[in-house]
Amino acid sequence: MLYIPGNNPAMIQQAGVYGCDAVLLDLEDAVALNQKDAARILVRNMLKTVNFYDTEVCVRVNNFHTPFGLTDLEEIVPLQPDNIRFPKTETVADVKEFMKEVRRIEKEHGIKNPTMTIHVMIETAKGVANVYDIAAADPRIDAITIGGQDLTADMGIIKTPDGVGIDYARKRIVMAGKANDLDVLDTIFADVNDDEGLRKETEYIKKIGFAGKALINPRQVDVVHDVFNPTENEVRKAYRVYSEFIKNKKAGIGVFAIDGKMVDAPVVQRAITVLEYAKIDLKEIEKNAG
Amino acid sequence: MKNAIGVEIPEYIEGLGKLEPFQGVWNSIIEDEVPVTNISRTLKAKKPHVSKLCKNLEEAIKRCKPFDGMTVTCHHHLRGGDGVLMQTIKILDEMGIKDITLASSSLTSAHDGLVPYLEKGMITRIFTSGIRGALGDAISVGKLKYPAIIHSHGGRVRDFLTGRIKPDLSVLAASAADEEGNATGAHGPSAFGSMGYADIDARYSRNVIIVTDNLVEYPCVPCTVRQHFIDYVVKVDSIGDATKIASGTTRITNSPMDLRIARIAATVIEHSGLFKNGMSFQVGAGGASLAVAKFLREDMKRKNIIGSFMIGGVTSYGVDMLNEGLFHSIFDVQSFDAAVSTSVLNNPNHIEISCDQYANPNNCGSMTNKLDVVVLGALEVDVDFNVNVITGSSGEIRGASGGHSDTASGANLTVVVCPAFRGRLPIVKDRVHTVVTPGESVDVIVTERGVCVNPSKPNLAAKLKEAGVQVVDIHDLKVEVEKMTGVPAEKQLGDQIVALVEYRDGTIIDVIYNVKNLS
Repeated sequence: MLYIPGNNPAMIQQAGVYGCDAVLLDLEDAVALNQKDAARILVRNMLKTVNFYDTEVCVRVNNFHTPFGLTDLEEIVPLQPDNIRFPKTETVADVKEFMKEVRRIEKEHGIKNPTMTIHVMIETAKGVANVYDIAAADPRIDAITIGGQDLTADMGIIKTPDGVGIDYARKRIVMAGKANDLDVLDTIFADVNDDEGLRKETEYIKKIGFAGKALINPRQVDVVHDVFNPTENEVRKAYRVYSEFIKNKKAGIGVFAIDGKMVDAPVVQRAITVLEYAKIDLKEIEKNAG
Repeated sequence: MKNAIGVEIPEYIEGLGKLEPFQGVWNSIIEDEVPVTNISRTLKAKKPHVSKLCKNLEEAIKRCKPFDGMTVTCHHHLRGGDGVLMQTIKILDEMGIKDITLASSSLTSAHDGLVPYLEKGMITRIFTSGIRGALGDAISVGKLKYPAIIHSHGGRVRDFLTGRIKPDLSVLAASAADEEGNATGAHGPSAFGSMGYADIDARYSRNVIIVTDNLVEYPCVPCTVRQHFIDYVVKVDSIGDATKIASGTTRITNSPMDLRIARIAATVIEHSGLFKNGMSFQVGAGGASLAVAKFLREDMKRKNIIGSFMIGGVTSYGVDMLNEGLFHSIFDVQSFDAAVSTSVLNNPNHIEISCDQYANPNNCGSMTNKLDVVVLGALEVDVDFNVNVITGSSGEIRGASGGHSDTASGANLTVVVCPAFRGRLPIVKDRVHTVVTPGESVDVIVTERGVCVNPSKPNLAAKLKEAGVQVVDIHDLKVEVEKMTGVPAEKQLGDQIVALVEYRDGTIIDVIYNVKNLS
C-alpha cells in the first residue's frame, strides 16, 4: 500500500499506475496543519475524477480528537472509497464512535449498501494493549495496520533497523488480525534508497504473518512484490497440491501423499494462499481437476 | 507534393536544391546499388618529412585556404563541453569568411553562441542531427537564411557519400593525437571515448585539422583516426570544458514514473519472443530509456540470458553489463560518459565503430540492420505511431533526431518509452508536430497508462496480452489522457519553412515552420 500525501495532485493523479495493490491518500500525518482543508478538497475531487485502475483506494482521515476528523469523514464517506483508515485507534469505544459517524453520514447520503471497509491503525501502546478487542469491534473492519513511527514515539524509543522495539507489537497485532480474519499490514520503511534493508524487513514481516506493507515511494513497490509474490516453483507446487486435493476429495479421501509427503488440511490451506497471491482462479483448477 | 505520410513537401528550396519526398521506410533504399553520385575521396599529397604541426588553430585554418560558401564540419563527441566548434567559427569570422554551411554531427548547449553568426549571415546553412537551446530558438523564429536540414546519424554518412554535404574543412577534437594526426578519444585527460562520428569527417573532408590538448609521442596508440587523412595538427591548451566532456558515469533515474515505464518496457521485451540467448540490444542514455537497461539486466540474470551485442551511444551502465558477461560485445559509435573511455581502451570486446558501420542505410553492414531490440524516447507520439523527437510544445526546435529513425528502421522490435503526459501536456496526439521516425518502423509505445502495439503487429499484441501486459488501443489512451489534460491549443506558426527533417534515405519526411510566439 503506497502512501500519497493528500495535498500532492501530481502524485495522486498517477497513483494508479505504479503497480501497487493499494494506495492510501493521506489527510493525516503527511499533511501540514495549514494544508488540511486544501488536501481534503483535493482528495475529494480526485476520488471523483482520477482513474485508479484496479488499485484499491484507501483514505486516511484525521483522528476524531483533532478538529479535522469529522469534517474529513463528512467529505470522504459519501464518495465510498474502497476503504477508510482510522488512525491512532486506541479503544473499542473509539471504533464505535467512528463507525457511528460513518453510518450516520452514509444514511444521510442514502447509501443503503455501503461497500467501503474500515482499516484500523494501531499506533500507541494503549492501542496495542487493546488490539484484540479493537479487531473484533465492527464487522466492517477488514484490515488492521501498525504505525511504527508513531508507536515508537509513544513508547519513547527509537525505531531501529532491526525493529526490535516494535517486534512484540507487530506479533500481537498479527495475532489479533488473524484471529478475526483480517488482513494485517506492516508499517513503512523510511529509507527509500535502502532496497536491501527494505527487502530484509519485508522478508521478516512476511514470515511473522503480515499480508502487506506500507510504502512511501513507488520505487519500493517492486521489492515488496518480489518478496510477497510466490516463485514459479511455489505456484506449480501449490497448483498440484490443490488439484490433487480436489481429486481426492471427490473420492472421499481427506489426507493423501504427494511424492511421499503427507498432504492434509493445513498444507492445502497454504497452497490456496499461494494460489491467491498468484491470482490464480481456484475454480479453474477445480474444473480441470474434475 | 505530398510524401507517404501526407506531409506537403516543397519540390525545391533555394539554397538547398531539389527535394525528394519520403516514400516509406525502405522504399527509397535500393539494395546493392544506389543510383546517385558517389563522392570519391579527395586526392591529397604531402612532401616527405614536412611537419603537419601548426602553432595554433588560426594558422591551420589559414593553411586550408578558407573561402566564402565553404562547408565546415565538427563532431559532437565532446557533448556539452565542446570548445572547438565555437573557436573555429570565431576564427573564420575574424578572417571575414561568410555564407558558411555548418555540418556538425550534432549541436548542443555548448553552441548557443552561434546565434549572432546566423543573424549576420556568416552561417547560412546548417546540416545536423540535433539542435537545442538558444540556437534552436533562433532557427525556430527564422534567423537562419536557409532551412536547417536535420538528418539522422546514418543519414549524415549517406549525405557525405552522395555529396549533399561536401565538407571543405573539418576541425576534429581529439583527447590524444600525434604530430601526424593519428588521433583518439579513448585516452588522455579529456578522454571522451569513441570517435565514431569524427571518423567519417576525417575520411571525406577536403581539409582535416586535428585539435588536441594532449599531443603524444608518435605514434598515438591506439588510434581511431589515421594520419593519411589528416592535413594539420594543432596542440591547444583546452578542447573545451573538461567537466562537461568527462561528466562521470551515467546514473539510473530516481524518477518513480520513469522507473515504472521502464519496468513495463522490460516486461514487453521479455515477452516479445526476442528475449533469448544471442539477442542484441540498444538503449538511449536518458530517463526511462536507460532505466530499461536496469530492469533488462535483472531479467537477463534471472533467466540466464546471454546477449550477443549492444550498440549505439554507450553508457557506463552498458559497460557494466558487458563486464558482467550479459553481452559478448559492445559496438560503440559514441560514448555517453567518461567511464566508458577506459573500456574502449582496454576491452577488446568493446569495439569502436564508425557511424558508417553504425547506421548508414546505404552500405552492406549497418549494425542497426542486425539489431533485435531498441528502446527509444519521444517528445510526442501519435495514433499512427509516428514519433517526434525534435520539436517542443510550442513547435520550437529543441531535440535530436540522432539514431532514432536509423535504429527503429532496422530493429526487430522498436520500443518507444514516454509518459502519457508531461505536466499539463498530453504526449499522445492525433498527429505529432514533427515526424522524425515514421510509425511504420515503431512496434510498441510504452506509457505508464498502458502499452500500445502497432496494429501491424497483431501477434506481438497477443503475446503481450497473454503475459498480462496491459495492452491498450492508442486511440483510447489518447482519449483517456485528454480527459485529464484537455486538448492543447493550436501552435502559433508562420508560413516560413525553418527546417526540414531528412529521413535516413535522403528523402524529406517533415517540414518545420517558424514559430510566431516563442515563450
